[in-house]
Amino acid sequence: MDKLGTLKLINVGLTLAGAPLFAPLTIDVSADTVTTIMGPSGCGKSSLLAHICGTLPPIFATSGRVELNGVDLAGVAPERRRTGILFQDALLFPHMSVGENLAFGLPAARDGRKARHARVETALAEAGLDGMANRDPATLSGGQQARVAVMRTLLSNPAALLLDEPFSKLDAELRARFRRFVFDHAKARGVPTLLVTHDPNDAEAAGGPIIELTLG
Amino acid sequence: MYPTIERTLDMSPLSRIISVAIGAGLLATAALSTNAMAQTWDETLSAARGQTVFFNAWGGSPKINDYIAWAADRVEEEFGIELRHVKVDDTAAIVARVLAEKTAGRDENGTVDLIWINGENFATMKSGNLLAAPFAQSLPNFALVDVEATPTAISDFTVPTDGQESPWGMAQLVFMYDTARVASPPRSAADLLAWAQANPGRLTYPQPPNFTGTTFLKQIMLDLAGSDPALQEPATDASFDAVTGPLWQWLEEITPSLWRQGKAYPANGTVLQQLIDDGEINIAMTFEPAGASSAIEQGLLPETVRTFIFDGGTIGNSHFVAIPYNSSARASAMVVANFLLSPEAQARKQDPAVWGDFTVLAADRLSPADANIFDAIPRGVATLSPTELSPTLAEPHPSWVGRLEAEWQRRIIGSN
Amino acid sequence: MLRAFPTAAVFVFLVPVLTGLTATVFPAFGLQPGLDDWSFDFGAWRDLAATPGIGRSIRLSLTTGIGATMISLLLVFSFIASSYDRPGFARARKFLSPVLAIPHAAMAIGLAFLVAPSGWIARAISPWATGWTQPPDAMLVQDSAGLALIIGLVVKETPFLFLITLSALSQANMDRRMSVARSLGYGPIIGWVKCILPVIYGPLRLPIYAVLAFSLSVVDMALILAPTTPPPLAVQVFAWARDPDLAMKFQAAAGAILQLGLVASAIALWSCAARMVAWGCRPFLSNGRRGGSGRLAAIIPGSGFVLLFTAAAAGIASMAVWAVTWRWRYPDVLPSTWSITNIQRHGPDLFAPAGVSILVALLAAGIALALVLGSLEHERRRSLTLGRWVMWLLYTPMLVPQIGFLFGFQILLIRTDLDGTLSAIVWTHLLFVLPYVFLALGDNYRAFDERLAVTAQTLGVGPNRIFWTIRLPILMRPILIAFAIAFAVSVAQYLPTVFAGAGRWETLTTEAVTLASGGDRRITGLFALIQALLPLVVFAAAAGLPAWLYRNRRAMQVAHG
Repeated sequence: MDKLGTLKLINVGLTLAGAPLFAPLTIDVSADTVTTIMGPSGCGKSSLLAHICGTLPPIFATSGRVELNGVDLAGVAPERRRTGILFQDALLFPHMSVGENLAFGLPAARDGRKARHARVETALAEAGLDGMANRDPATLSGGQQARVAVMRTLLSNPAALLLDEPFSKLDAELRARFRRFVFDHAKARGVPTLLVTHDPNDAEAAGGPIIELTLG
Repeated sequence: MYPTIERTLDMSPLSRIISVAIGAGLLATAALSTNAMAQTWDETLSAARGQTVFFNAWGGSPKINDYIAWAADRVEEEFGIELRHVKVDDTAAIVARVLAEKTAGRDENGTVDLIWINGENFATMKSGNLLAAPFAQSLPNFALVDVEATPTAISDFTVPTDGQESPWGMAQLVFMYDTARVASPPRSAADLLAWAQANPGRLTYPQPPNFTGTTFLKQIMLDLAGSDPALQEPATDASFDAVTGPLWQWLEEITPSLWRQGKAYPANGTVLQQLIDDGEINIAMTFEPAGASSAIEQGLLPETVRTFIFDGGTIGNSHFVAIPYNSSARASAMVVANFLLSPEAQARKQDPAVWGDFTVLAADRLSPADANIFDAIPRGVATLSPTELSPTLAEPHPSWVGRLEAEWQRRIIGSN
Repeated sequence: MLRAFPTAAVFVFLVPVLTGLTATVFPAFGLQPGLDDWSFDFGAWRDLAATPGIGRSIRLSLTTGIGATMISLLLVFSFIASSYDRPGFARARKFLSPVLAIPHAAMAIGLAFLVAPSGWIARAISPWATGWTQPPDAMLVQDSAGLALIIGLVVKETPFLFLITLSALSQANMDRRMSVARSLGYGPIIGWVKCILPVIYGPLRLPIYAVLAFSLSVVDMALILAPTTPPPLAVQVFAWARDPDLAMKFQAAAGAILQLGLVASAIALWSCAARMVAWGCRPFLSNGRRGGSGRLAAIIPGSGFVLLFTAAAAGIASMAVWAVTWRWRYPDVLPSTWSITNIQRHGPDLFAPAGVSILVALLAAGIALALVLGSLEHERRRSLTLGRWVMWLLYTPMLVPQIGFLFGFQILLIRTDLDGTLSAIVWTHLLFVLPYVFLALGDNYRAFDERLAVTAQTLGVGPNRIFWTIRLPILMRPILIAFAIAFAVSVAQYLPTVFAGAGRWETLTTEAVTLASGGDRRITGLFALIQALLPLVVFAAAAGLPAWLYRNRRAMQVAHG
C-alpha cells in the first residue's frame, strides 16, 4: 500500500462553546518521522487526535482540513480513515484472548484462517510474546499488554499512527524500551506518526519535529 | 346459521311472560316434534364439530377442574369439540368481561362461549341482554329434568331461566363441624349464636359478597324471619327493613364472638374449609352437601368432620351453564351443555370421590341402567341423606342479595 | 433504522397508559363515549364517598404504602452505611438478588402460611412451648393495621431498593469517598450519611417513588395479606372493576382516579418531606461530628436483612413441603402423611401454564432488551442524553397504579380485536418489563469504556460490528442480568395477564393466585413453588453463563460485572 504516506493538518482549529482551544495548526507529518505535539493538559491535544480519528464529540466545532495521503478526511467514517490510535491504557478487549485481539485488528480474511493465524503468531514473535496467543490479556503484565496493543494497531495496516500519551503510565525503564519498540515499528512500516505528550523525554526520543501547542 | 334455533327463539316472547308453565309447555312441544328436534339436534351436532368452546368456570377447586378436564376429553372424543376451561376466580368478572365486550361493540366472536353461573350473575346477564337466545329446552337431555319436582331447574333465585341457562347441578347449604371438638351441633340461628358465645373465635363465614357468605346471611335471615312472602318479590325499603331486622340484631350480638372478633373474614368457602382443617374454627358452612365427604376423601379435612342442617331447613338452589349473546361457538356450547346434563356426566359429578355435586336429573326419568348407576354412587361418610337434607328452603328474589350485601358492608365494615 | 427504537419504546408506553387513563377518566364522570352519552355526572363520586369504610381504606393504603417504603429504605440505607466494608455486604448482594426474582404472589402465599396463627412458626412451637392445642385466635395475617402487608412488601421491596442503591453507589465512587471521610476521622455510619447519602439520593428518587406507588397500589399481595374489612383502596377498586353491576363500573373508575390521586399526593408528600429533611440537615453536614464506630448500630439492619432472607427462604421452603404433603395438620411441625400424589396428579397441569409463562416472559424480555439496547445505542451514536422527562416517562407504568389504566386499556384491546391474543399479553407485560430493563442496563451501557470502541473503530471496524463483537460481549453479564430481571418481572405479572389475556391464557401466576383462593395448600404450594423457581433458574443461568464463558478472562469477572 502507500508506503510513504503523509498526514497533513491545514489550519486545523477546535472550538468548544465558541472558545478556540488552540491557535489554528498546520503540520505536515511525513512517513518515517514521528512528529510530536506538546502542550499543557487541557489544551486540546487529545481532542485534536480524536478529530483526526473522526471520533470527536459533536459539541466541538472544527475548522481547517485534515488530509491523509492527499485525501480530505472530512465526512469519512472513522473506521474508513485508517488512522490507528494508541492510548495510555492498552485497551485490550477483555472478552477476547491475546490472539483474538490481534486478529481483530487484521483486515477481513482474504487469506484464510491459517494465514491469519500465522500473521498473529509473527506479530507476537515481533513483540517478544511468542506462544501467548491463547492467554487472557488480563494475565499479561502492563508492558506486555502495551506491546499487544501496538501490534494490534499495526496489524490493521494504518495509514497514520496517532499516539495519545501511550507511555505515561509505564515506569521509567519500561517506558524507554517501549518507546523504542513503538517508534521502530512505526518507522519500519513507514507510517506517519503523530505523538501527543507532555513529557519532553518522549519528544526527544521521537527525534522528529516538535510542535508546542499554545492556548488559543 | 342455525335456522332451527332461530325458530326456537321465536317462541321466547311467550316464555318471557310465564316462565315456569311455559318451560313445561316447551317441553311438551319438544316432545311432540321429536322428529324435527332430532334432525335439528343433528344439525347442531355437525355444526359443533371442530369448534372450540371457551368454558369460563370458577377454577378454585382442583376436583372440579379435574371433572371439567374429564368432560373436555369426553366431548373431544365423542363430538370433536375442543373444550377449554378458562379458570375464573370470580364469575362476576366474566359477566363484566361480556359487558365490556358489549360496550366495545363486539357483538360476535366474543371470548366467552359458555359460563358457569346462577343467581345474581344470571339476573344481571339476563336483564342486560348479555345472554344468547333460549337453548336449554332444545337440549335432548333436558327431558330428563323434572321441572315440577325440581322447580329450581327453571327458576334461578326466583328469576325464570326462560331457557337461557341449562341446569347443571344442585346445591344446598350445610354446616360442617368437627365431631372431635363439637359434641352436639347447634341446629338453629339462635343455638348457633349461643354456641358461638360459648366458644369465642371458633366460628366465621366467608366475607359477603362471597356466594357462601351471602347465602349464610340469607339462611340466618330465613331462619329468624320465617317464610315471609315478601321474599319472593323484589325487595322494597319497607319489606327489607321488616324482614332483615332480626338478622342485624343477631349479627350485632354474634360478631364479637366470631373468629378474629369479626374483624377479618375468609375470602371464600374453600378458605373457610381450610380454617376448619387448621383447627382455627370448629364450625363452617358449605354449599355442597357432599363437599365435606369429598374433602375428607381428598385429605383436606379430618375424618371426624360431619355435616348438619338447621331444624327449619337450609337454602337450596341450582347452578347452571349459560351461553353469552356473542359466543363464537354457540352450537358446540349447546352440545357441551347437553353433555353436562347427560346421565353419564351427572352420575360422575355426583360421586364424592370425583366432585360430589347433586344431580338435577329426575330418577324416575332415567333408564333403569342409568338409575342403577346413580344408586350405586356412595353417599360419602359425612353426607346427609335426602331425608336428612329436607326441608330445602327456596332462595329469595335476587334483589335481596344486593341489599343484604350493601347493608352488611355498612354495618360490619362501616363500623369496624 | 436505529431511530425507530426510541420511538417504538415510547409507543409501547404511551398508547396503553394514555388510552387506558382516558378510558378510565370518562366513566368516572359519567361519560360514555361508546354509548354516545356525554352528560356530566358526579354520581360515581357520591357513591364512592358513601362506600362504607372508604376513609379507612384510604388510610390503610397510605399507612401500608408509606410505611413499607420507609422501612425498606431505612433498612437498606442503614445496612449499607454500617456494613459496606464488611464481608456481610457481598453476601447480602448474593442472597437478596434471588429474593427479587420471587413473584409477589408466591412470596405472599409463603409468608402468610409462615406467620398465621396456625402457620409454620406456631406449629413449630406448639403446643409444647405455648400450650396452644388449637391455634390462638390472633390476627397475625390480614390484621386491621395492615402490618402483615407491610412485612410482605418490605420483604419484596428491600432487595429491589438495595440493588438499585448499589447501582447508584457504583456511580458515586463510594469506596474512595468513604476512605477520604474515614481518614478524616468520620465513623462509617455518620461518614456515609454525610458524604454518600446526599449524592445518591438524587438518582434514587424515581425508584423510591416507584416503590411507593407500587406499595400503595399493590393488589395480588394485598389479596393474600391485607385486611378485608375494609381492604386497601386498590383492592376495593379491583373488586368494583370486576363487579357485574354496571353502576359499579363508574364507581370503579372514580376509585381508580382516587387511587391515582392518592399515589400522586403520596409522592408529593414524600418529596416535600425529603426536601425539608435535606434543608433541615444542612448544618448537620458540616458540624464536624464524627460519629462512633457504628459496630453496635450495625446489628439492627444486619439482623433485619438476615430475618428478611430467612423469611423469604422459609416461605418458599414451606411451599416445597406442601407440594409433597398429603396430610399436615396443626400442630404438627411436618406433614403426618407425605405423598407425591399431588405432583403426579397436578404436575402435568403445570406444563401448559408454565409454557405460557415462559413463552410470554421470553418474548417480553427479548423485545424489551432489543428496544432498550437499540435506544441506548441510538442515544450513544447521536450523543444524546435523555432528558429528565424521558426518565419520568419510563417510570410511568411503575408510577401510575395498574388498576388506573388497565381497565381502560382492555377496552382498547377489545376494540382492536387484540384482547386474548398473545400479542396483547406480551404488550402489556412489556409496559412493566421495559422500565426494569432500562434501569438494569442503562447505567452499565453508558459506563462502557468508549475508548475500547474508538480503538476498534480506528482498527477499521464499523459501528454495527463493534456493537455485536465488542459492546454486547463485554456487556454480556449486565445484559443477561437485565434479561433475567425482565423475565422475572414478566412471570410475576398478575393484573396485566388477567386483563389483556381475556382469561384465556393461564400463566403460573394466574393459576397460583386462583388456586390460592381455592385453599388447597398442597396444590397452591406446588404452583407457587414452580412459579418462584422458574425466574430463579433463569437468574442462575444469567449469572452462570458469562461466568462460564469468560472463566478464562479475568477482567471480565471483576471489572465489568
